[in-house]
Amino acid sequence: MNTAVETETDAGTDDWGALSALPGNPLMWVLILSEMLVFGALLAGFAAMHLIDPAGHAVGQAALDPIMGGLNTIVLVTSGLFIALAVRARVDGQIRPARLWSAAAMVLGVVFLAVKAVEYADKAALGIGMETSNFFTLYYLTTGFHAAHVIAGLVVLGLVSWKCTVENLETGAAFWHMIDLVWVLIYPVVYLIR
Amino acid sequence: MKYESQRVALYYFAGALALFVVQVLVGVLMGTVYVMPNFLADIVPFNILRMIHTNALIVWLIMGFFGGAYYLLPEETETEIYSTKLALVQFWLFLFGALAAVVGYLFGIHEGREFLEQPLWIKVAITIVALMFLFNGTMTLLKGRKTVIANVLMLGLWFMALFFLFAFVNPTNLVLDKMYWWWVVHLWVEGVWELIMASLLAFLMIKMTGVDREVVEKWLYVIVGLALFTGILGTGHHYYWIGTPGYWQWIGSIFSTFEILPFFAMVVFAFSMVYKGGRKHPNQAALLWSLGCTVLAFLGAGVWGFMHTLAPINYYTHGTQITAAHGHLAFYGAYVALNIAVFTYAMPYLLKREVYNQTLNMWGFWLASGGMVFMTFALTFAGVVQTHLQRVMGEDFMGVQEQLGMFFWMRLGSGVAVLIGVLMIVWALAVPGRAARSVPATPLEVPAE
Repeated sequence: MNTAVETETDAGTDDWGALSALPGNPLMWVLILSEMLVFGALLAGFAAMHLIDPAGHAVGQAALDPIMGGLNTIVLVTSGLFIALAVRARVDGQIRPARLWSAAAMVLGVVFLAVKAVEYADKAALGIGMETSNFFTLYYLTTGFHAAHVIAGLVVLGLVSWKCTVENLETGAAFWHMIDLVWVLIYPVVYLIR
Repeated sequence: MKYESQRVALYYFAGALALFVVQVLVGVLMGTVYVMPNFLADIVPFNILRMIHTNALIVWLIMGFFGGAYYLLPEETETEIYSTKLALVQFWLFLFGALAAVVGYLFGIHEGREFLEQPLWIKVAITIVALMFLFNGTMTLLKGRKTVIANVLMLGLWFMALFFLFAFVNPTNLVLDKMYWWWVVHLWVEGVWELIMASLLAFLMIKMTGVDREVVEKWLYVIVGLALFTGILGTGHHYYWIGTPGYWQWIGSIFSTFEILPFFAMVVFAFSMVYKGGRKHPNQAALLWSLGCTVLAFLGAGVWGFMHTLAPINYYTHGTQITAAHGHLAFYGAYVALNIAVFTYAMPYLLKREVYNQTLNMWGFWLASGGMVFMTFALTFAGVVQTHLQRVMGEDFMGVQEQLGMFFWMRLGSGVAVLIGVLMIVWALAVPGRAARSVPATPLEVPAE
């Protein structure tokens, strides 16, 4: 390799471009951006269905329980606060409090899933399934895909609490915030906007 | 060439090139059948020609991957291949299996399942070939330096073998049959083969541009992540109309739309590496093939794939000539050009010659690629007309085919151009140029990193 090439590329060895400035591992941000695209497409699907078939959308939405959805919004946003506190504690060098805050965030993640399970069970009792209507196909895809991410997020938080470096915890927290943020977008689009 | 055992790659490259010629030659025969329907009908019917065309393609591409891996692994792991003898046995068994399948097809011996027509014993032989490779490659990796490139390449090849096992799963339920069938067909070309593609490209970029390994590895992680994120659930775009539940239309549409991302990332990767590192490498033809590979893959797999991947559009275009257009440019761009890039880069070292016949090789690139792009346009127009007449206006299949005649003539013409281009490429790779023959051989230095 010639020296000209060497000097030119050495400067860029740790350069992830726009991702360099973000907390945690840059690859997590590639994943987060990809997730945003997918959830964005699903929510755009909801919006499109709403436009094409407003009556069908209203029927589907009427069967949802906005209180349960609202409860889950509070649960997940609070969980996001806890993981942020975990990161702050870890940055200050306090590993034990960081782990406790992270555990608190995970407990709320489990609460979210439990509420979701109650919602799904209610729908099943009414005979509503994935093939019931376009609305419910999208509903189960979006919320199911999101719930799968909550489960994955719990695993990620478990891992970063165990291997609790600042970078790891920031990486896990970024993923958890993404899940949080996506729910904050799902809730109004799916449950509220009429 | 730094390691003696790399030479085994030469067998694979030669076998691959021979099958490449067979594949394209048969393709031209098929193009002729489209315009003269009774051509060869009594000797080799169209369905048999198609089996040879598609099977030869897959086999030569995989043979090229194996060869590429045997060339790459010693340089990446900094150790000789675990067993060159095993690699040779593997090659001859693979070639025998491929030829036996082709001869069998000519006599009407096949299992009829599209692309997986090979008789059971040949499928078993392919599995044994794959196991031989995986053993040899993995043992090499284990005893040597473990680089991201070598790891990703071996991961891709492991998954390729793993998914081939679904060729043995053939439920009587036609829905399940198709479902598993795509686990081989889709998860190969839109999943794990992209791992192979990205790692081979990364290797070529390090060698030819001299850009730091750390930079290349970052790109590799991003590309592999995007390929798997989009490609695995992207399988859903094959589940729209085979009898699977309707939610696949959403899953397939969304994820496969984003399948364009890894291909776009590969274009940006290759061009930015060349921009950073400069184009001083003497093997300009290999550089051309590498860059051409990413661009044509982006167009053929990415753009042409997206054109008909959304379920409401695919409802009309499914199985028309648009599919054929996409299939041709995607395979050519992503995997044919990739293999030729590897061959063009490696063969001068393997044959211990100066970089030779550059101009002929590059003319071959432009003729074959130009022919393929023209063919893609002809088939796309044919597909649009076909979709309208057949699917919208409801005209009958054969009546519509008649009206597409002009496009099929254009396709045959471009096919002949591709064939001539391929022959030029093979000649350029195999035969030393005039300059190389007059100058005493001074082998090229393999660039350090």
